[in-house]
Amino acid sequence: MTAASPPSPTVASRASRWAFARAPTIVFAAALVVLPLVLPNAYYFDVAIRIAINATLVIALNLLIGYTGQISLGHAAFFGLGAYGSAILVGEFNWPPGAALVASATLVGALAFVVGRAILRLEGQYLAMATLGLGVIASIALSNEVALTGGPDGMSVPDFSLLGLRVVGEKAWYWAFAATLVAAIVLAGNLVDSPAGRALRALHGSETAARAVGVDASAFKIRVFTLSATVAAVMGSLYAHYEGFVTPGLAGFSKSVELVTMVVVGGMASIWGSVLGAALFSLAPELLARFEGYETIAFGVILVATMIFLPRGIAPSLAARLRRKDS
Amino acid sequence: MLRVENLTKSFGGVAAVSQVSFDVAEGAIHAVIGPNGAGKTTLFNLITGVYAPDCGSIRLRGEEVAGLAPESLARRGVSRTFQNPQVSMNLSAIENVTLGAHLRLNSSLLAGMARWRGLAARDRAAREEAAELLAFVGCGAYVGAEARAMPYGALKRLEIARALAAEPKLLFLDEPAAGLNHTETDEIGGLIGELGRRGVTIVLVEHDMKLVMNVSEHIVVLDYGKKLAEGTPDEVRRNPEVIAAYLGAEHEEA
Repeated sequence: MTAASPPSPTVASRASRWAFARAPTIVFAAALVVLPLVLPNAYYFDVAIRIAINATLVIALNLLIGYTGQISLGHAAFFGLGAYGSAILVGEFNWPPGAALVASATLVGALAFVVGRAILRLEGQYLAMATLGLGVIASIALSNEVALTGGPDGMSVPDFSLLGLRVVGEKAWYWAFAATLVAAIVLAGNLVDSPAGRALRALHGSETAARAVGVDASAFKIRVFTLSATVAAVMGSLYAHYEGFVTPGLAGFSKSVELVTMVVVGGMASIWGSVLGAALFSLAPELLARFEGYETIAFGVILVATMIFLPRGIAPSLAARLRRKDS
Repeated sequence: MLRVENLTKSFGGVAAVSQVSFDVAEGAIHAVIGPNGAGKTTLFNLITGVYAPDCGSIRLRGEEVAGLAPESLARRGVSRTFQNPQVSMNLSAIENVTLGAHLRLNSSLLAGMARWRGLAARDRAAREEAAELLAFVGCGAYVGAEARAMPYGALKRLEIARALAAEPKLLFLDEPAAGLNHTETDEIGGLIGELGRRGVTIVLVEHDMKLVMNVSEHIVVLDYGKKLAEGTPDEVRRNPEVIAAYLGAEHEEA
């Protein structure tokens, strides 16, 4: 067999490849900068903010589910615990919001690490059950610890401020969440393309092969689970300050399922798919409100149609279709 | 380099490998042969950490490694391929091979996210090496391919390239010629010989007698989980017990 030597990439092609690889992120960031000019009022800013929060959460969850192939049906627990961490530390103990955010994220990260060590040895439906249980326990705890959390009624959260700078109002928060989302896109993109990301993806493809070349499977699963949970906690903290109010529903099962649905419909192992999935499902309640009473049915139809016609999720399926047309 | 002593593994009362002992000399090409079900793959899986032995010892350069996980063995310079190719189909061919260099690259999640200085450059170098390895094993045509687009024979070679990317001291090849045609088998044989000349210690399990007799310097024969004989290809070929248990049977089949 004659072996064709691999084409040696030139410096110019590397630079253009960098620009090509970064182009979508740059265009997206530019769009986020321009967007406030066309958003007519605070309601639309609020919708944009919810999309950005969900998109960031879904990117982090996709690292676990789509890239590494590990399911989590309790991810909202980390979001909710982050939110309550900030609410309690700032509201009850007068901590500075920045310190409360870091402390909550660290605690939730530590919790995820400890829990992950125990449950990430499980596979498939057992891991799904274990994470589901974790989510249920978290939301029950938040409902029942009335003295600390205000119980099912929830609790209010003071404004966010960092270094004397107060973040108040939809416009200010828009910039904060837009910046967070762009950072998440860049960092997740870097990770996926790095040796660590390759190891995570390889675990999804063949754990046997990955371990044979030295990938410590359980360590990597625990790390990506912890990372994903920590991001969720940070977003929870920020959300708590933005919304000014937290309820146990934030950590609930339906929120967890919503996040997983966004991953699956948007696209497994796809960062842009995560953004798309988050946008679709954050907008859906607004769009489907016209169908009054039938929105759940419409929701279900969309979900089933996606699973049948675009089983890899919207973004990867469309990308593959475009590539086929090119060649 | 490797000393296996009294290695035993049973599955529900069936002794798949029983009291097997042999030595692997540094820099030589060894083969483990035997009829189907003789325990060859189980022996491989014991040595490479897929199963833990019931008893017996496996010493790698004097260190007891029996029962260590595959990733721990990889860290000690042990690499392997699989009878049925274990390839991550969600990765490209190059990425699968580059994965072999995992232990030599910075695999911290934070470093990856921040794309620390030097990380991207080293990763690119590893990818270029991977492309060269793919060409070396005769898969140059698949340098730009997705793994799932590759035929079976190419996947078997890809596994060898991935194992080599780890720069192993000790390489286990589990039926590298299984499912390959004559030409491909000859090419794999040439490849194994070339690796041996480069100083890689190789242990292979193989059914193709021509390949085994051509490339190996030392052969261990298993039958019903027990070691039947060992020696040079000529000694094994002349051993009456081996002929009776294995080569004879092989002859009848043919």
